[in-house]
Parts: sequence; C-alpha cells; structure tokens
Amino acid sequence: MSLLAACLDRLARLGRFLWSAWAGLAGLALIGALWQAGHEAYGDFILTAPLDTLAAAARLLHEGRAQELLALTTARALAGFGLCALIGTLAGVAAGYSPATLRLSRPVLTLLLGVPPIAWIVLAMIWFGPSDMTVAVTILISATPVVFVGAVEGVVTRDRGLDDMARVFGAGPLRRFLFVSARQISAQLFPALILALGSAFKVAIMAELLANAGGIGGALARARAMLDIAEALAWVSLAVAALIAVEYVLIRPVRAELERWREAAAPWGVKR
Amino acid sequence: MSLLELNRIGHAFFGRTVLEGITLTVERQEIVALVGPSGSGKSTLAHIAAGLVEPREGRVARRYLRHAMVFQDPRLMPWATAAGNIGFPLRLSRAPRRMRRRMIGDAALRAGLLPEDLGKYPSELSGGMRQRAAIARALVTDPDFIYFDEPFTALDVALKRRMQDLVIEAAASARFAALFITHDLLEAIRISHRILVLDAGGRGIAGERLPPGNPGTRDEAAIFALRQHYLTADPLFAHIHDIDERLRP
Ligand SMILES: Nc1ncnc2c1ncn2[C@@H]1O[C@H](COP(=O)(O)OP(=O)(O)OP(=O)(O)O)[C@@H](O)[C@H]1O
Ligand SMILES: [Mg+2]
Repeated sequence: MSLLAACLDRLARLGRFLWSAWAGLAGLALIGALWQAGHEAYGDFILTAPLDTLAAAARLLHEGRAQELLALTTARALAGFGLCALIGTLAGVAAGYSPATLRLSRPVLTLLLGVPPIAWIVLAMIWFGPSDMTVAVTILISATPVVFVGAVEGVVTRDRGLDDMARVFGAGPLRRFLFVSARQISAQLFPALILALGSAFKVAIMAELLANAGGIGGALARARAMLDIAEALAWVSLAVAALIAVEYVLIRPVRAELERWREAAAPWGVKR
Repeated sequence: MSLLELNRIGHAFFGRTVLEGITLTVERQEIVALVGPSGSGKSTLAHIAAGLVEPREGRVARRYLRHAMVFQDPRLMPWATAAGNIGFPLRLSRAPRRMRRRMIGDAALRAGLLPEDLGKYPSELSGGMRQRAAIARALVTDPDFIYFDEPFTALDVALKRRMQDLVIEAAASARFAALFITHDLLEAIRISHRILVLDAGGRGIAGERLPPGNPGTRDEAAIFALRQHYLTADPLFAHIHDIDERLRP
C-alpha cells in the first residue's frame, strides 16, 4: 500500500520532469535559431548550419568509431570525477569537523586553485605521458577543490540544533553523522558535484587534445588540423550530449530522491 | 530517591559565569516548573541536566530510564515528514519497524496531530503543528522524564492553553516527570506541582512555591488570582519580568 504510494509519487515526479522538458526544448530551439542566424551571416566555413552539424554528428555515430571515442572520453571523465568526488568529500568532511585541518588546508586550496589547469596538463604529460593517467590526474587536481569546499561548507553550515536534538534522543557520534549531518552535507555537496562533473568532462577533452591521448579531444585536434568545422562542431555537440546524459542519469535522480522535501517546500508557481 | 538531582551546578561561557550553585531535585511523576527572567540561564540548566552541556562544576544524578526534550524551537528535520520526525527516537532506539507506525500514530494523536498531517514535511505544517510534532516526538518512546524548554512561547493564547492541557493529560496518563521551563507564571501555575524560581543572575535557586492542588484540577479563577498574588505581593517573583539580560553587569 505505502509501496504503491511511493511508486506513484515517483511516477508523478518523472511525469512532471518530462513535462518540464518542453521548457528545455524551447531553450534549445532558441540556441538553434541564434546558431542558424550566425550561420547565415558568416557562411559555412565559419559556422556550419545546425542541421548539417547534426547530420555530421549522426554520421560520426553511425560510422562506429565515434561511439568508441565517446565511451573512452566518458570513461576517463567518470573515473576522474569518481576519484575527485571520493577524495574531495572525504577530505572536506574531515576538514569540516576539524578546524585545525581546515586552517591548514586553506592555503593549500588557494595554491591549487591559483595554478591554471593547463599547467597541470603539461606537468601530467611530462610525468605520465599521453595516457589515461594524465587525464585522470588533471581532472583530480582541477575538480577536487570544488567538491572539497562544498563538503566543508556542508559541515560548517549544518544546523547544530539538530545535532543536539539527536543527542538528547540517544544518538552517538556515528548515528548523529549518518542520520542528521549527512543529509545536510549532501544538500551543499550536490551542486558542487554537478559542477565537478561538468569540469571533469571539459578538462578530460582539453587534456586529451593537448596530450594527444585520443578520445574526443584527439578527434577534435584532427578536425582542427583538417579545418573541418562541421566535424569539430559535431564532436562538441556529442561531448555536450554525453555530459548531459551522464548528469541526468547519474546525479539528478539521486538528488531528486534526497531532496523531495525541498520540492514540498517550494511555492506552487515554482513547483510546476 | 529523586529522579533527577542537580547538586551545586555551576557553569560559565567564555569566562562569564552564567550559573552558580544550583541545587534542585525532581521527584517521580512530578512536574517542576522553572521560572526566571530571560537570560538567567534556564536553557543552559536544562541542557546541563540532559547531558548536552558539560557543567563546569557540580554533579548531575539521573535516575530515570529514558529522557526526551522539547526544545525552545521545534528542531524538526526538514527533510523528513512529520511521521519521520516523530519516529526518529524510535529509529534510534531500534524499535521494531512493524510497531513504529502504530506508536507514531498514537503519539501524534496524543499531541493533537491528525493522521493526515503525518505525511507532510515540516515546511508544510503550521507553527503550532510543528511544535505539536516536537511534543509527539518527545512522547513517542514513552520516556519517564521530559525536559520542556519554553515550548509554547511562540504560540497564541488559545493554542497555548490547549497544549498545556495536553501536557497535563499526557503527564497524568503516561506518568512521566518533567522539568518545565517557562517565564509565563500562569503557565507555571497551571501545569506544575512545584514552582522553582531561578535567581535573576543565575546564582542559585531563589526559592520555591507550591500551588495548592494538582495540575489539571485547579480552576481558572484560582490560577489567575494566585498569579496576581505572586506578582503583587510575593517578593520572590519581584524580578521575574523586569530584567533584561543586556542590563546585567
Ligand atoms: N553557547 C553559548 N555561548 C556563550 N554564551 C551563551 C551560550 N548559551 C547561552 N549563553 C549565555 O548564557 C546566558 C543564559 O542563557 P540561556 O539560554 O540559558 O538563558 P534562558 O534563561 O534560557 O533565557 P530565555 O528565557 O530567553 O530562553 C545568556 O546570557 C547567554 O548569553
Ligand atoms: Mg531559553
């Protein structure tokens, strides 16, 4: 009975989500229109028409090799992202609970954020050569600080009153963390994770291009060498599509599940 | 043997003494009201008694089996439904899942929450409903001691009255003892067996009064007359309303 209700609730949410896709589609159509206008103003060589780009992307996908490259880049980005999510969350939570560690990690963070990602790519290329490792390390170093800061923020801004409440009702430190703090931390963590996922994809492609490590980045480098603007744009569209697919399959459902209460708190106009 | 015994409790925040030499006891099935001006250290005392704050000096003896607390603000978890919040102590005490539903429903009913409100999130409840959910959460594990820290201050007069009746009834039927903090004398007289007055500067208990009769049996006129008497003719209550914390040296 309650299981049925829960399923119905999820279905309703899915329905609302699909319905909201119309808005997304409208936004895409707007971009398409601007793109088309740019194409008509500057011609084929500068900006290929959106439909031609789509056709090129479809051709790339059908040729078969594209799927392989997409999978390679996605796997690299996901591996880097997984590593940075794990390390960033653990370190951030630890630092949030220990003020001394936090004070120590502040300058390290400033330093890491100050170094441009491109410098890391160069260093990683020297250390690891054109391999998966280069890509993973670059992602790790450039995306971890965001996750770390999100986790720290979550710990520091949590409602301590709820901690006291749990303590009164007999929760020890572990269960206070699991039942009360973890939920509050995740609220701050998810936006950071989404940001990190996006930058993982971008950095992966950049590192591939510069380190000549294959994947979409490698394909882009080839397209540039042959001045094939249609193919370059097609690769970019494919990369964006892969990122969006991963985000909506991997992260959004978990977040929606954890933040059902936020939807209940939203005013009516915002809800639909 | 008293259920709760505080012996010469003293506490300071950052070198500023807030409490000093507080000794008090609460007996089995007794509701003790603790009144005192704002900032005199009532909440701090309750937190010390419940073990949330380690006192700087003095001893706390707790001889009850299980306690609960209704805080000054509801302190509900925003991500859990009313039922989830009320059932939180059950989850912590590892009560069997099958029994939880019934216990949550029982506690909610006793606190005046309807079953249809149980599925709502705190943001969907009114202020009074949130406070009732907090009370239900305190009742759900059938504790033998409950700390109430000015739980009804934010409520309007009518709702306050209903909530007071609810506590009186629950105390009589579930047989718990309570330390009930308030600065509303009317509330203290209506709800308690014994009224303790905290010194305005937190230096000990200034004195105690025993309103005649038992909670729930006193009639309104007598309660009101007693309050007038306390406020106009009893030196013990002279400072209860006139001190602001910021005026303290
Ligand atoms: N965590 C804290 N850190 C520093 N000072 C505190 C802290 N908690 C309370 N105090 C101080 O201790 C004093 C007593 O506070 P407490 O909350 O116990 O007062 P109270 O009697 O409950 O007041 P009210 O009736 O307004 O709730 C106040 O002067 C307050 O500023
Ligand atoms: Mg208080």
